[in-house]
Amino acid sequence: MERSEAELIAAVLQGNHASFEPLVVKYSPRVFATARRYARRESEVEDIVQEVWLKAFDKLASFRGEAPFEHWLMRLTVRTCYDFLRAHQRNRESSFSEISEPEEDWLDRFVADPGNSAEQADAARVLVNRVLEKLSPEARMVIQLLEIEDRSVKEIAELTGWSVPLVKVRAFRARGEMRKILARMTKDKYL
Amino acid sequence: MERMNIAELQRKLTAAGRHQPPDDRVPYAFEKRIMARIAERKAVSGRVLWARGLWRAAVSCLVLAAVSGAVLLFAPATRDNNNDLSQDFENTLLASVDQADTTP
Repeated sequence: MERSEAELIAAVLQGNHASFEPLVVKYSPRVFATARRYARRESEVEDIVQEVWLKAFDKLASFRGEAPFEHWLMRLTVRTCYDFLRAHQRNRESSFSEISEPEEDWLDRFVADPGNSAEQADAARVLVNRVLEKLSPEARMVIQLLEIEDRSVKEIAELTGWSVPLVKVRAFRARGEMRKILARMTKDKYL
Repeated sequence: MERMNIAELQRKLTAAGRHQPPDDRVPYAFEKRIMARIAERKAVSGRVLWARGLWRAAVSCLVLAAVSGAVLLFAPATRDNNNDLSQDFENTLLASVDQADTTP
């Protein structure tokens, strides 16, 4: 018979470490999906997810069961991703000279007719990832959660541990930072 | 060339980001890897605890030896060196004999 999450967690806390495995199996897809939004290389993604699970195991006693385990785990995941972003701030200052041909074509189409450039195009997705990589860790986190995952300010505050006013301030600054990067990108290309 | 509309470009790109399907693939046997790491850390932490205990015991022994040495070295000599325990014991044991020798 399948045991409930609460039973599995209680068993782990009592020293039955094997009971942790079903939790890893059940929630790894969500943790991987989140980690892939912040890290590009698969080895980095795996490192993040591994760190999340090791932290979850170490801190399991702090899970009180008031909210679902998934919420607790996602908070841990988002905070680990933020730590990763802060530790890997390299290449943020590089130019946009490495833009590929399809991305250039998409930008050209956008310049020619902003209304008709497809949002679903692969080139646009690659381009937005390129722009996100150039943002500061705070700005990237806020743009990702607020604009791309469409979460509320309150949700972001709970996930990141920041206060609601801090999320609002960081969101304002992040949008400005993104506009500056876009302006620099288009200046590099068109001027 | 016409001027680039940055705000519209930002809107388009964030919308493009929203259209990205989440990639939730999990590498094969990833959970086994996590469980192995947990077991490995547990074994390592057991060894670390044992080694830490041994080091603490060794340090305590060294401190005790140093204090004892210092006490022996620097304690003032209050009594004659010949009057050690063996001498006291012999005197006590042979007290009656000594007394018998001295009495007429």
